[in-house]
Amino acid sequence: MEAIVNQLPIGLSIGAVLLLIALGLTFTFGQMGVINMAHGEFIMAGAYTAYLLQDWAGRQAVIVALPVAFGVAGLMGLVLERAAIRHFYGRPLDTLLLTWGVSLVLQQAARDLFGAPNVQVQAPSWLQGGIGILPYNRLFIMALAIGSVVAVWAYMSRTSQGRRMRAVMQNRQLAAVMGINTGRVDQRTFFIGSGLAGIAGVALTLIGPVGPALGTYYIVDAFLVVVAGGLGQLRGAVIAAVALGLLNSYAEFWTNASLAKVIVFVAIIAFLQVRPQGLFVLRSRALT
Amino acid sequence: MRNSAWRIGAAVALLATGLAACGGQSSTSSSGGTAAGGDSGIKVGILHSLSGTMAISEVTVRDAELLAIEEINAAGGVLGKKLVPVVEDGASDWPTFAEKATKLIAQDKVATVFGGWTSASRKAMLPVFEKRKALLWYPVQYEGLESSPYIFYTGATTNQQIVPGLDYLKEKGKKKIFLVGSDYVFPRTANKIIKAYAAANGMQVLGEEYTPLGHTEYSTLVNKVVQAKPDAVFNTLNGDSNVAFFKQLKSAGVTAEAMPVMSVSVAEEEVKGIGVDNIAGHLVAWNYYQTTENPANTKFVEAFKAKYGADRVTSDPMEAGYNAVYLWAEAAKKAGSTDVEAVKKAAGGISLDRPEGKVTIDGENQHMYKTARIGVIEPDGQIKEVWNSGSPIKPDPYLKTYPWAGGLA
Repeated sequence: MEAIVNQLPIGLSIGAVLLLIALGLTFTFGQMGVINMAHGEFIMAGAYTAYLLQDWAGRQAVIVALPVAFGVAGLMGLVLERAAIRHFYGRPLDTLLLTWGVSLVLQQAARDLFGAPNVQVQAPSWLQGGIGILPYNRLFIMALAIGSVVAVWAYMSRTSQGRRMRAVMQNRQLAAVMGINTGRVDQRTFFIGSGLAGIAGVALTLIGPVGPALGTYYIVDAFLVVVAGGLGQLRGAVIAAVALGLLNSYAEFWTNASLAKVIVFVAIIAFLQVRPQGLFVLRSRALT
Repeated sequence: MRNSAWRIGAAVALLATGLAACGGQSSTSSSGGTAAGGDSGIKVGILHSLSGTMAISEVTVRDAELLAIEEINAAGGVLGKKLVPVVEDGASDWPTFAEKATKLIAQDKVATVFGGWTSASRKAMLPVFEKRKALLWYPVQYEGLESSPYIFYTGATTNQQIVPGLDYLKEKGKKKIFLVGSDYVFPRTANKIIKAYAAANGMQVLGEEYTPLGHTEYSTLVNKVVQAKPDAVFNTLNGDSNVAFFKQLKSAGVTAEAMPVMSVSVAEEEVKGIGVDNIAGHLVAWNYYQTTENPANTKFVEAFKAKYGADRVTSDPMEAGYNAVYLWAEAAKKAGSTDVEAVKKAAGGISLDRPEGKVTIDGENQHMYKTARIGVIEPDGQIKEVWNSGSPIKPDPYLKTYPWAGGLA
């Protein structure tokens, strides 16, 4: 019985991890429709940022790295958007291939720069220990996920930049006619989306491996959350992440890790049969 | 017009990216250089995953094998010829291993191949080597129950690693164990053996859990382990999963004193990536540690650090790969030829003093006599030996000499 109760916070913490890795994708995939396979490598870049900052910040590197990783991953995303992706807007399959290639290049680059073996990022000592089954580092990730969601929500709904971003998403031509520089909005959207991946990467150093393949372990889960939640829907992503986290936690508890993966996939496929648009659908008066 | 120009530009960019990706891979995969030796050299193949989830481990074995080749060449080579390594990337993908093995044998006409790590990659390569009657030296401990006439196994089989590991736990009074492993052939076979051992030795297996390769979410599994309250955990996870498992076990408050984890796929190299904070005090079972004391090891560790950097460590699979090159060279010298059948015939009974101690090739099953060693991970990331088998153990891949293992093969 105790074990079953324990699975609840575990499920929520898995959900927090899912939310954190998917949050950036709700921007780039959800808002802009870009299937960015290199999103995982931006997560990896965030993790390596924390690794590199250890020389300077010691055990507090994880905290210091949060804003830095946001900038590093964001810049990488910006460069990718400017150099390549913007020429492929409206061609999702080409974008998929392009970003997949970029993802392979970035993985190999990490292998050449940092070596193939995993590297170690030491957690701050105040994150050791925990309450019951939930370690402090999991609570930290949950707090970080909640903080990120609030920040993103505030940005989207309370700032003029955020409003422009939503306007472009809902109707690009009309937004352009109204005088919005859509190119600049795209850049900003990509910067923020990629930067959020960097933050996720820093958080993941607390619980998982830090190596060149890091991004590949999370990319599929991130897409699942965004698709199940409904494209471009923040609340959809939040609910989908928590639901998938709980499903994963209990499915694995009652069966095993391999079967839990199958159950989650089947559940998502079944769900998308009923609601192909995901949990929440954007309603607009656009004729698209 | 502008639009089509963009399209062409974009297509070129895409192609360039693709080429860059391919270029990057093939330049790493042929880093040994094939042109260097010309006709006078003996080509030998090296086939490990240099990319993908297994690269973390396999790259280090490649490094050790290249070091051995360099040393043998510096000492005059084999049969008066220099060894020329041809390096290929198995890319953590089992069909790729079979494909690259075929390429090395048929196209490069290598005298022998050193390669593989996961059992899945070995099983994929086995039919290729048997069909083409070529030689593979496989450097990693594995689950046993195999003895191909065209493979030499320089890592431990189960009776030289897993069985001693269990003997040690039993000796320490750890009666209740929990099995955790990656979901593929090695952990599943190993756990079958462990369960048979437990049944015959009055030990109790409280649970058996598998996770897919590359799995990183262990909180549920840790919860299950904690609830079952075992005396010890027997860990056959492979690759990056170990990092996530030990980090999450540590943060759940499980200590090595209360519940030691005995790992068979975690060596010095992996300890660095896991973070020594997270794994210090836990147990490992191998045949070699960087700290193993003998002159051959001092020389190996010094040479390795001189070539690859002072911060690098040596580990059991690296040492087994390093040995493989020397053992093959010795067999070729004894045979007076690099012909596969002649080398196979000459190999039986060859005995060398290696970094792990004396290693002898068993001519019958082509495994090695090896000394089993149990170690505990120290706070400095090194492994301290706490027990060894005293003398090299005769390899018994089918566990024929163990009555409890009757139903396994």
